[in-house]
Amino acid sequence: MASTAIQHTLEHSGHSHDDHGHHHETFLTKYVFSQDHKMIAKQFLITGIIMAVIGMLLSILFRIQLGWPDQSFPLLETFLGKWAEGGRIKPDFYLALVTIHGTIMVFFVLTAGLSGTFSNLLIPLQLGARDMASPFVNMLSFWFFFTACVIMMASFFVESGPASAGWTIYPPLSALPQAISGSAAGMTLWLISMVFFIASSLMGALNYISTVLNMRTKGMDMWKMPLTIWAFFLTAILGVLSFPVLVSGVVLLIFDRSFGTSFYLSELVVQGQVLPQQGGSPILFQHLFWFLGHPEVYIVIMPAMGIASEVMATNSRKPIFGYHAMVYSLIGISVLSFIVWGHHMFVTGMNPFLGGVFMITTLIIAVPSAVKTFNWLATIWRGNIRFTPAMLFAIGLVSFFISGGLTGIFLGNAALDIPLHDSYFVVAHFHLVMGSAAICGMLCGVYHWFPKMFGRMMDEKLGYLHFWFTFIGAYLVFFPMHFMGLDGVPRRYYAFTEFEFMKEWLTVNTFVSWAAIIAAIGQIAFLWNFFHSIFYGKKAVQNPWESSTLEWTTPVEHLHGNWPGEIPTVYRWPYDYSKPGHTTDFIPQTTPFSQTMSSNLPHDFEGNPEAERIQIEWQKKQQAEAEQGV
Amino acid sequence: MSTTISQLDEVKTGAWDGGKSPVNAEYGKLMMWFFLLSDAFTFSAFLVYYGAQRFSKLTWPDPDIVFQSIPGIADHGYPLVFVGIMTFILIMSSVTMVLAVEAGHRNSKKEVVTWMIWTIIGGATFLGCQALEWTHLHHEGFWWGSIPDAATVKSLGADNVSATQFANLFFTITGFHGFHVFSGVVINIIITLMVINNVFQKRGTYLMVEKVGLYWHFVDLVWVFVFTFFYLV
Repeated sequence: MASTAIQHTLEHSGHSHDDHGHHHETFLTKYVFSQDHKMIAKQFLITGIIMAVIGMLLSILFRIQLGWPDQSFPLLETFLGKWAEGGRIKPDFYLALVTIHGTIMVFFVLTAGLSGTFSNLLIPLQLGARDMASPFVNMLSFWFFFTACVIMMASFFVESGPASAGWTIYPPLSALPQAISGSAAGMTLWLISMVFFIASSLMGALNYISTVLNMRTKGMDMWKMPLTIWAFFLTAILGVLSFPVLVSGVVLLIFDRSFGTSFYLSELVVQGQVLPQQGGSPILFQHLFWFLGHPEVYIVIMPAMGIASEVMATNSRKPIFGYHAMVYSLIGISVLSFIVWGHHMFVTGMNPFLGGVFMITTLIIAVPSAVKTFNWLATIWRGNIRFTPAMLFAIGLVSFFISGGLTGIFLGNAALDIPLHDSYFVVAHFHLVMGSAAICGMLCGVYHWFPKMFGRMMDEKLGYLHFWFTFIGAYLVFFPMHFMGLDGVPRRYYAFTEFEFMKEWLTVNTFVSWAAIIAAIGQIAFLWNFFHSIFYGKKAVQNPWESSTLEWTTPVEHLHGNWPGEIPTVYRWPYDYSKPGHTTDFIPQTTPFSQTMSSNLPHDFEGNPEAERIQIEWQKKQQAEAEQGV
Repeated sequence: MSTTISQLDEVKTGAWDGGKSPVNAEYGKLMMWFFLLSDAFTFSAFLVYYGAQRFSKLTWPDPDIVFQSIPGIADHGYPLVFVGIMTFILIMSSVTMVLAVEAGHRNSKKEVVTWMIWTIIGGATFLGCQALEWTHLHHEGFWWGSIPDAATVKSLGADNVSATQFANLFFTITGFHGFHVFSGVVINIIITLMVINNVFQKRGTYLMVEKVGLYWHFVDLVWVFVFTFFYLV
């Protein structure tokens, strides 16, 4: 009874969407307060790109300081005023730069910009739904995100400057305004911004989960979902379970900062003054923070992995190697990601026995990660590879994931982590494995689904230029940092001129800064390509990459409700590329088996004996006819 | 021929095979369940923090001594009586919520309104009791970051540090829970007004009452844990 009622409402909403397509929309309802998932995806993407550019420019600013610590750049003072008096960035502002760079890149670009864009775009399109489960909550999710961005940026305009306790905002530094100027109003704004961000991410994630569970089209069982959807689904679950713990951590921090409590504070002396707060423990903050913080890095990388899997299968013209293994490894990573957070705290005074436990769980994550890596390599092995820009970025992701992942095995060892902790080795590790790899996945998705989003193609040549600048640039920036870290150079230090043993790394820093600047200039190729192609790019055809997934069966011109008429039914898995016996090298998910008799295999019918019998009969008949013909 | 071919293209119709909700739940109900799961992690984090603090302290204020008053009746001598009444009221409001949901299943608008109003009264009474409890403790000298004089603290079986952490945690966590109750009461009022205005009558289903009911029961359940940790153990 209840099921028929739901069925009815589903169909009913489908019809109302069809009607809606003919309604007159104003500029405000179409572009600003849109409830259409495709438009919301574009809003997330463009906001994400703007935040990424800001984050990148901040990194160039502190790279200038690190590369040329003794030099004065009067231009900096023109732009930054008192934060760069005499043309040199101040130490406090340097810390603010690395803090906001990290916050923007991790949360605003690689969480909201990545998941927000592609979950919104692809979940309804690849599952065969008219829209998200709740378009209204979806719209709210974007506007909360946008508000969070504005508040975070506003912190550059308060007198005491933005938050500067690092993106991990460890107390006591972040809890005491007198400890550092960034912990005054800037930190308050950081916390408010994060509250909005978490609300946005929660609303988004609830929507993604219920859409994936409830709104798959007929025939789209869980094992016929593309890997992108599996990745977005599990990412959303991680977000729903880990961000709330950050909420608790942040609430307690807010009380410490503003209401005189001592949750994280005890036995402190600041500027010769003994503070009254007693009894708290900063280590407890680290536990609460990293219970989010570690799943967060998988929230960042898993959507990128899903996107890369999809793009690599399409452009290798081969089924993804080990589809089930890919799904199970994603599930494995998701589960394990909740029990490894302690590896961020090996040297913070945690019980060494506990460190051993966290070390084991951490190293186990290498198993599903390796499964994924080998499956990607096996997917492109002997494929008919089409080197589109998206494919290059997907390969770039695999490359970064391998080179960054290997150092993760070093850092996951409690004993090795003691000398390596908080050194440039860590910086090199996570910038390769989650920074560069995830941004490659995001760019891969942008190049691949640009035709779906804007109905036009991006320029391939500029795409290649952009890829090589990014790929080589990222390696030149982050690879030398491994060696600095092995030599014991700590991260977040303002100037390498102050310590004798760090001086020999000055030339390396200059090199890294040049590499960063050149890689940043390379991004102009992308920005120009992206914004120019929106308006003047070559018109896209319906299925430009000859892909078999559902989103390419929708018309190029967007309409509210995605498909004109009925939603297509799904008959097969999403990776029927180069299936032996078929005339083309891809078969869309919507093609019934009766139209592909020459390529059907017994296991396609999932144990349906009648279908198997019909297929065998047909084959026998073909064979007989062929023999007669001879 | 065409009938035999179509056998090849038969799409499975199981619960998870697409085209329907696998668990027979409307999307909003799923979203509510996942939201509650998320919120459960927030409260768990708070309570884990509470446990970590409490185990690291040598002493802790004895709840039987701290919570002895019944506002307006007696200042001391009745340990945990007042909070018992509070808890009973909140649990009763969950019962009335169940009755509202049940009346919704029968599409009986009048009964839904009645039981929703009782639920709102229960929630508001709980909040009022909490306000009295807070006021009482505040008069004793407890607040965020402040504790009574040394003699009082000692009579509670605590020292300055543990009393401070007790006060910080008590006000923060019961406050966070109270904020949830407050949101619940506001949502219940909105839903009651919608019932009165025939919104669900027109929609043909009182599912929305069920969804806010889930939230209300969750808030109630969380109180059971908060109550256990702060008052009983």
